Amino acid sequence: MSNPLISARGLTKKFGDFTAVNGIDFDVFKGDSFGFLGPNGAGKSTAMRIIGATSQRTSGSVSILGKDPEINGPQIRAHLGVVPQQDNLDMQLSVVENLYIYGRYFGLPRKFVKNKIEELLTFAQLEEKRDTKVEALSGGMKRRLTIARALVSEPEILILDEPTTGLDPQARHILWDRLFRLKEQGVTLLITTHFMDEAEQLCDRLIVMDKGSIMAEGSPASLIKDYSTKEVLELRFGSDRNQSMADSLRSMCDRTEELPDRFLMYTDDGEALLEKIYAADFHPKTSLVRRSSLEDVFLRLTGRTLIE
Amino acid sequence: MFIPMAVAIADARAGKRGERVYSGRVPQLLERGFIAFKSSTYMIVLSGFLEPVLYLLSFGYGIGKLLPIISVDGENIKYVAFIAPALLATSAMNGAIYDSTMNVFFKLNHDRIYHGMLATSMGPLDVALGEIGWALIRGFAYACAFMAVMAPLGLIISPWGLLAIPAAVLIAFGFASCGMAVTSYMKSFQQLELVNIFLLPMFLFSGSFYPLSVFPQWLQFIINLFPLSHAIHLVRGLCLGHIDFALLGHAFYFVVMIIIGLIFTTKRLNALFMK
Ligand SMILES: Nc1ncnc2c1ncn2[C@@H]1O[C@H](COP(=O)(O)OP(=O)(O)O)[C@@H](O)[C@H]1O
Ligand SMILES: [Mg+2]
Repeated sequence: MSNPLISARGLTKKFGDFTAVNGIDFDVFKGDSFGFLGPNGAGKSTAMRIIGATSQRTSGSVSILGKDPEINGPQIRAHLGVVPQQDNLDMQLSVVENLYIYGRYFGLPRKFVKNKIEELLTFAQLEEKRDTKVEALSGGMKRRLTIARALVSEPEILILDEPTTGLDPQARHILWDRLFRLKEQGVTLLITTHFMDEAEQLCDRLIVMDKGSIMAEGSPASLIKDYSTKEVLELRFGSDRNQSMADSLRSMCDRTEELPDRFLMYTDDGEALLEKIYAADFHPKTSLVRRSSLEDVFLRLTGRTLIE
Repeated sequence: MFIPMAVAIADARAGKRGERVYSGRVPQLLERGFIAFKSSTYMIVLSGFLEPVLYLLSFGYGIGKLLPIISVDGENIKYVAFIAPALLATSAMNGAIYDSTMNVFFKLNHDRIYHGMLATSMGPLDVALGEIGWALIRGFAYACAFMAVMAPLGLIISPWGLLAIPAAVLIAFGFASCGMAVTSYMKSFQQLELVNIFLLPMFLFSGSFYPLSVFPQWLQFIINLFPLSHAIHLVRGLCLGHIDFALLGHAFYFVVMIIIGLIFTTKRLNALFMK
């Protein structure tokens, strides 16, 4: 196997006494689409900033293209495109001006940047907004512009910190489509998210993070296979009765989870289990059989849901 | 193998002095300043110029009516010619302080513009020098504009007065580099207000509107520990043609300020930009 593009060992970041990232190890290979899945506060953004060479680690080692971000910061950042969690577009400038000046920050010649801008405007579907001040763009447009901006230097590695948080479903799908195209072009993607569907859609491999630590690692399919059953039966009895029903149902399958609003039963055959439940004279208000997802993996690993 | 141009550019700097924090991108940051300036609110730009002019009109021609000529060190000069250089020095200070404190703090914590800049192959020292450089360009422009008002009013008595422009830039440099250093320690806008609490008495007591000699010796000594009185002496000496070695001393004060400010700013860059 070739050398990893990015490699971290025992990576730790403390803010005062608080440990935000707690000794994590991972390797990202060329062309990977690598995910960090975890709830708010898991330490994903902190880890991304360290990889992006804009934050100093407390201990452990990080190597990006064989270099240490604390020593070769500018050289490493020349390889990266960064889409931070919080947009930091230049509000005083227009769409094209944002793309232009960002290319210039990399030291690129004016002519090179001007040619690149046209391609990026098309990619981000912002041709008609080219002279609009950034302030006037919608959230989805700002996000697309931030991604386009990150591509102005033709990076081999694109770091995306929660690329679709706060966007409506349509804007999310447009963004996912753009990211797929980049992946097809061989760009290595690092994506953090607290949406399990996003992780399933975009990532070949991911780590599940919670409270600064890695809970599990693998492809979405293998994580689901290792940590969950094929199917999940979701039952609702009404909020006051979920608890008492749960006590009587727990013995009917290997694993169950009680959430405030519903009761989850893990099984390989949801329909069969549901029939057994009706046969035993239980009458849930609603029932749903679905395939296991990364949400279930997270629940299994931490006892909590991804989005509280 | 395909090597992106951005990578080739960054790699070409390998081994150069300060390569961890500096990539030689100050011109690009000034370019940003000009692009943003083109579309900025002209009122803010204009007010930076108007403030000293309004002081000049109200104090110079108001008090100047009651007190047309004052005597300084045995020499009689027009009151308005006495205060005009002080206003030039003060406006150089105010502009540089605003750019390096409020402006930097806002871009850092509110707009997060620096976070975007530092995700590129630039370093924090590029950003700091770019901001200071931009403050100097503005200071230079304001000084030229104010001189253009002073000259036709006959307020620049000596040809040495032309040197007041570079002097104003030197003063702006000193205040900008120290302002940036101070900002690196500030955690909130409230703390930044402390800067203003410090500036106002300095402005009122540094000899803008009357000679320092009205104060007792001990107070003059204290006032001279602070930078603004040196700025005023320097610009006033040049405009009035009072050329002596003391002027070099006043200029030297600002050279020291620039050096100390830059040392602290550079030291604090990581705290400022790279948490
Ligand atoms: N600059 C900082 N100073 C202090 N605490 C921080 C700082 N940045 C992040 N944290 C803390 O570290 C933890 C992880 O934050 P973050 O990496 O942003 O998580 P995530 O991106 O997974 O939501 C949070 O508890 C957050 O409050
Ligand atoms: Mg985050």
